[in-house]
Amino acid sequence: MSNKAILEMKHINKSFPGVRALQDVDFTLCGGEIHALMGENGAGKSTLIKVLTGVYEKDDGQIFVEGNDKEVSIRSPQDAQRLGISTVYQEITLCPNLSVAENMYIGRTENVYQNWKKINADADKLLKSLDIPAKATQQLASCSIAVQQMVAIARAVDMDCKVLILDEPTSSLDEQEVEKLFALMRDLKARGVGIIFVTHFLDQVYEVCDKITVLRDGKLVGQYEIKDLPRVKLVAKMLGKELDDMSDIRSEQEPYQGKDASDTVFEAHGLYSDTGIKPFDFYIKKGEVNGFTGLLGSGRSECVRAIFGADHVLGGTVKKDGKEVKITKPIDAMKNGIAYLPEDRKNDGIIGDLSVRENIIFAMQVLRGFFRPLSKAEANKYAEEYIKLLDIKTASADTPIKSLSGGNQQKVILARWLLTHPDYLILDEPTRGIDIGTKIDIQKLVLKLASEGMSVTFISSETDEMLRTCSRLVVMRDRKVVGELSGEDLTQNKIMSTIAGGEN
Amino acid sequence: MENTAVKKSKGSDFLGKLLRQQLFIPVAALLILAIFNLIADPSFFKITLGYSSAGQPVLSGYLITILDYGSELAILAIGMTLVTAASGGQDISVGATIAIAGSVILRVLCGTDSRPETLQTSFLVAFLVACVVSMLFGAFNGILVAYFKIQPMVATLILYTAGRSIAAWINNNELPIISDPTFAYFGGFIPGIPIPTPFFIAMACVIVIALVLKFTNLGLYTQAVGINEKSSRLNGINPKFIKFLSFVILGLCVAVVGLIKVSRLSSINYSVIAKDIEMDAILAVALGGNALSGGKFNMAASILGAYVIQFLTTTLYKFDVQSDALPAYKAVVVILLVVLSAPSVRQKLSGLGKKLRVKEVA
Repeated sequence: MSNKAILEMKHINKSFPGVRALQDVDFTLCGGEIHALMGENGAGKSTLIKVLTGVYEKDDGQIFVEGNDKEVSIRSPQDAQRLGISTVYQEITLCPNLSVAENMYIGRTENVYQNWKKINADADKLLKSLDIPAKATQQLASCSIAVQQMVAIARAVDMDCKVLILDEPTSSLDEQEVEKLFALMRDLKARGVGIIFVTHFLDQVYEVCDKITVLRDGKLVGQYEIKDLPRVKLVAKMLGKELDDMSDIRSEQEPYQGKDASDTVFEAHGLYSDTGIKPFDFYIKKGEVNGFTGLLGSGRSECVRAIFGADHVLGGTVKKDGKEVKITKPIDAMKNGIAYLPEDRKNDGIIGDLSVRENIIFAMQVLRGFFRPLSKAEANKYAEEYIKLLDIKTASADTPIKSLSGGNQQKVILARWLLTHPDYLILDEPTRGIDIGTKIDIQKLVLKLASEGMSVTFISSETDEMLRTCSRLVVMRDRKVVGELSGEDLTQNKIMSTIAGGEN
Repeated sequence: MENTAVKKSKGSDFLGKLLRQQLFIPVAALLILAIFNLIADPSFFKITLGYSSAGQPVLSGYLITILDYGSELAILAIGMTLVTAASGGQDISVGATIAIAGSVILRVLCGTDSRPETLQTSFLVAFLVACVVSMLFGAFNGILVAYFKIQPMVATLILYTAGRSIAAWINNNELPIISDPTFAYFGGFIPGIPIPTPFFIAMACVIVIALVLKFTNLGLYTQAVGINEKSSRLNGINPKFIKFLSFVILGLCVAVVGLIKVSRLSSINYSVIAKDIEMDAILAVALGGNALSGGKFNMAASILGAYVIQFLTTTLYKFDVQSDALPAYKAVVVILLVVLSAPSVRQKLSGLGKKLRVKEVA
């Protein structure tokens, strides 16, 4: 396993206006190893990857790649590719409307004339050898996200890559798909490829990785063999503090286990939308935190979207504070004091080019109405207040939100909804793809809001996070509500067995 | 306030900040044109006080021409900026709908008689009718774009093609002439005021839009819809309506320009009136540094851009460029400006600036 280094980055520095994203960072990758790159948001992981792949030019430092005696300069993704460095991003960057083989060979053939027969045959051979369940002539869009990702990896492998970077590849995969991806990664490792694995899932790191490099605030914390670094220590290193915060959360959980028969804030009967979910019943009480759980695609997001009127609602009745109301579009829900933080932050949440301030006041502004804009001073006041309250890291309130890190963008969206003072807040995957520190902040905030009387529906793909925050869980399978758990039933095992179905 | 702070820092920093300012593009273009004229022929800037045929004092000179005709473009640029920001596309039918608006004004004023002794009604009524008709045509475009999700350029191609025929049909293909001299005030001069009236009309429009942007959420909603439609909807906005609204507002701008246009002639020429004006209006938006793909916009930059476009046109006329050849010359300048304002080029430029600064230090 301990091969020689195939990639060495030394004393890398990179600054952006106002931020030193990387300060004197070293990174070494050996052939045939899977190397986790860990850190909170803003730690400099993506910047390091982007320097390595030529998206950004480093300010300072050296990069050595095996097979080149001298320092190499990487100025564009093409340079990186030539040196055998390939990246597979979180979002698929292939063309969904082309075939699998076309995607694997696009931009890489030199002749005008293509022998598609041969290309397809080659592609099939490679896919088979990597055990990827896809056909060369299949349209890429017809494959699952996981298979698409594997195709992207196959493309990289076929380009003789020595260094393969996987940036959050598992965030949209379910468990079996993750297993398949790991099998592929292990296979590549055996072939001597060095893999840099960027992820937020600790379990996965301990399942496949050999080494861990931890970054914090743009600086190198250290590089460790996996066996020398237990989880607790890893988390501590990433946060730069001991693990008090985690135990904090656990202790806070107690008061929310029991619930009294206070007023029902919201209830739905036979609600369903055009997304294919079966009609479901649902209620939430004042100060309660509950959640929808289920596998990816089980319909948990679709349920809350139906509640908020985000999708086309086809039927059912909803009551707010005991009174029947009609919610057919988001503004109806907002007027009834319901707020919804969507799952897809980039496409449904942020308004990229607008400033942090405008993004914060946005929902409140819409509620106030077209003819009553906030004055600049008021807007500033609210923005500053919430930037401080939620500890949003931004250069100023005028900064476009798209230049913030994911966790901070999420906090801005959260601020946007809190500013509307909802009595019912729906959070759909508020902690996806953000760092542990922010995750804990958000969990704490949810519990605090509930203790102040707000009702919260919390959706997360991490069960332990749900267990920590929710006092009742609605379990879904195949777009149908299959159970409800609370009190003593609220355990990991019970959730699993309910999701899986069958006899307990 | 910001400017003085900037000036205190290093000169190259100042340049970098300036380059990132959106108003930089139209201002720079204006300066280049002004300097070019200054060198080529300073008489370009001469303004003389003369007397009109009616014996009224009027200013004349190239600058006044720019002020006069640039004002039409500025009014259109207001609407075009909103349409561009909300829909990410442009309305190419404004020239044709100006013909319709102008034709409606004449039809209402003259009735069926194309050489009326007395007008049927007041100018105000005629103008208001034209406003309603123009906004209806704007609404037609808006419905196609917002509710049927047709590409703006394709949707407005319909009226671009059919508009002038509709305009002619409104007046039974006759060319009514209005003999009342007061009708010429809107596109000419009001007695006693030596500055062309269109400029005052444009300023009134600018003030109105400035107030609207200040006292409503039109600006925020329009930009939000242009940047992220899905997200806007989830925050309670109706993106379709905002897009639709932008086309209706452009319709109103079209009616105002229509009034100016027919007032200039006291008549109409269906095939020539406001010909190709849509291109100039779109260019004004682009020259203002606004992305033609929608999203964020700067209204002041668009309005300034309109006057710069007119500056360019007038300069070309001054140097005896044939009106047929005009678009070709304009195209060259436009290519230059658009390329310069493209994000990738600006990035390279600022990178170049950075390197120069490093050399300065070394």
